[in-house]
Amino acid sequence: MKKKGTIAHYPYIIWSILFIVVPIFLVLYFSIIDSNGNLTASNYTKLFNSLYMLVFLNSIKLALISTAICLILGYPVAYIISKSRSKTRNILMLFLVIPMWMNFLLRTYAWMSILGKNGIINTIITTLGFPAVDIMYTDAAVILGMIYNFLPFMIIPIYTVLIKIDKDVIKAAGDLGANKLTVFKRIILPLSIPGVMSGITMVFMPAVSTFVISQLLGGGQFMLIGNLIESEFTTVGDWYFGSALSILMMIIILLSMAVLTRFDKDDVKGGGRLW
Amino acid sequence: MVSKHLKRLYLALTYIFLYAPIMFLIIFSFNSEKFSSKWGYFSLKWYSTLLSDDRILTALYYTVLVAIISSIISTIFGTITAIGIDKMKKGIGKKTILSVNNLPVLNPDIVTAVSLMTLFIFFKVPFGLITLIIAHVAFSVPYVILSVLPKLKQLPTDIVKASLDLGATPSYTMRKVILPQIKPGIMAGFLFAFTMSIDDFVISFFNTGSNVTNLSIEIYSMARRGISPEINALSTLMFITILILLFLANGKDLFKKERKNENY
Repeated sequence: MKKKGTIAHYPYIIWSILFIVVPIFLVLYFSIIDSNGNLTASNYTKLFNSLYMLVFLNSIKLALISTAICLILGYPVAYIISKSRSKTRNILMLFLVIPMWMNFLLRTYAWMSILGKNGIINTIITTLGFPAVDIMYTDAAVILGMIYNFLPFMIIPIYTVLIKIDKDVIKAAGDLGANKLTVFKRIILPLSIPGVMSGITMVFMPAVSTFVISQLLGGGQFMLIGNLIESEFTTVGDWYFGSALSILMMIIILLSMAVLTRFDKDDVKGGGRLW
Repeated sequence: MVSKHLKRLYLALTYIFLYAPIMFLIIFSFNSEKFSSKWGYFSLKWYSTLLSDDRILTALYYTVLVAIISSIISTIFGTITAIGIDKMKKGIGKKTILSVNNLPVLNPDIVTAVSLMTLFIFFKVPFGLITLIIAHVAFSVPYVILSVLPKLKQLPTDIVKASLDLGATPSYTMRKVILPQIKPGIMAGFLFAFTMSIDDFVISFFNTGSNVTNLSIEIYSMARRGISPEINALSTLMFITILILLFLANGKDLFKKERKNENY
């Protein structure tokens, strides 16, 4: 059958203009006007205020740290699972995914009651006779929350790439005299780079834009860009500045996406991104 | 071998890290004391306060209602659209639709949420159940399209041709040939839309009215007020539900037989 055109997608064209394109342009529009409706750049110049610059740097810093830790912790996990027998690895992967089906807020909340003043960690420490530590409401607590929530996002794409590596290539390298370390450095690691890249994307993106983790575990109101946007739109009510922040966040994400997907040309959505 | 034990230990520690907080919530949901610093006695009182908590029950009702309605709408809408997009000629039009469709997938939740909120405020739409459902459909349809489109691309054109040559009408071909072939994609899209809707917090938080909340919003406000053992009870119930559903869906082929297809 020749691919005859249909009009089946026309309703969605209208829908996506109304609910995807127009909203983004509205945010863009609000970001360049003030409360009287006059054109202004003040929302953007305000971004360069040192207070807000600190918030951006902090968001990017925390997201980078947790992405790096997820990679260091997650790569060996993916590697070990990919080396196990197929039945074992299916079960291991299932058990990796199960916590992700739990509501995201419940998982973050769990850490609140573990790390808190009356939490289990402090109970153990004080019973042993040490002074209580206050991890809650620090950067460390936020990083811990990010790692806990996003670690599977790092493991899954790396695992997906690792099990696809042709076993014969590894065998051939061994036959040609490469030792285990060389095989890993010269063959497995380079072939797993697409998985690593999509893992980094999938951890960094939600980490840099979160406001829930920092709100619940960080306590501070102006810790990350996400918290700033949330408070501008809900409590402060300055949507004009909030819109400028959202545009900035969009630019950060799309830029880092563009950089990261260069490594992953053949399947941008691959590597288990969806599941 | 030492390295084998090291590997096992490493995996075990990772899984303990992933499950410890959940186990902690489950154990302390049976604690009679409010704070986890003290273990009183085994008690089900947080379960009974939870089940008589009208706010939680209403939130649960809205969560399920919105998930069902929005995932059904998104699946139908997304499938029809995917069929249309698949039949488009290659070119700038198709590229534009696909890129626009990718925007909600790539954009952070909070940007999507805030932009929809701006839209509703700008057109003075009152926030409530309708805006909540619209917002959920808006972020689910792109995922449905992305899971149906590959199946349509894999569809051999000869099958459709053969069906038409054998005298089937286009609508009969659609129902008996095309739809059964792309069914896995549709199902995946539906499941995707459903779980994303059930789990969503950010989009809902910005696009609902004060009279309609879902579980995530309710948990968020409870957690902000401080530790509440009712949340522990709620977590336990949700965790058990998820386990049952997952094992009903996956249990058979996980534990009965080895996968024949090694490189899936």
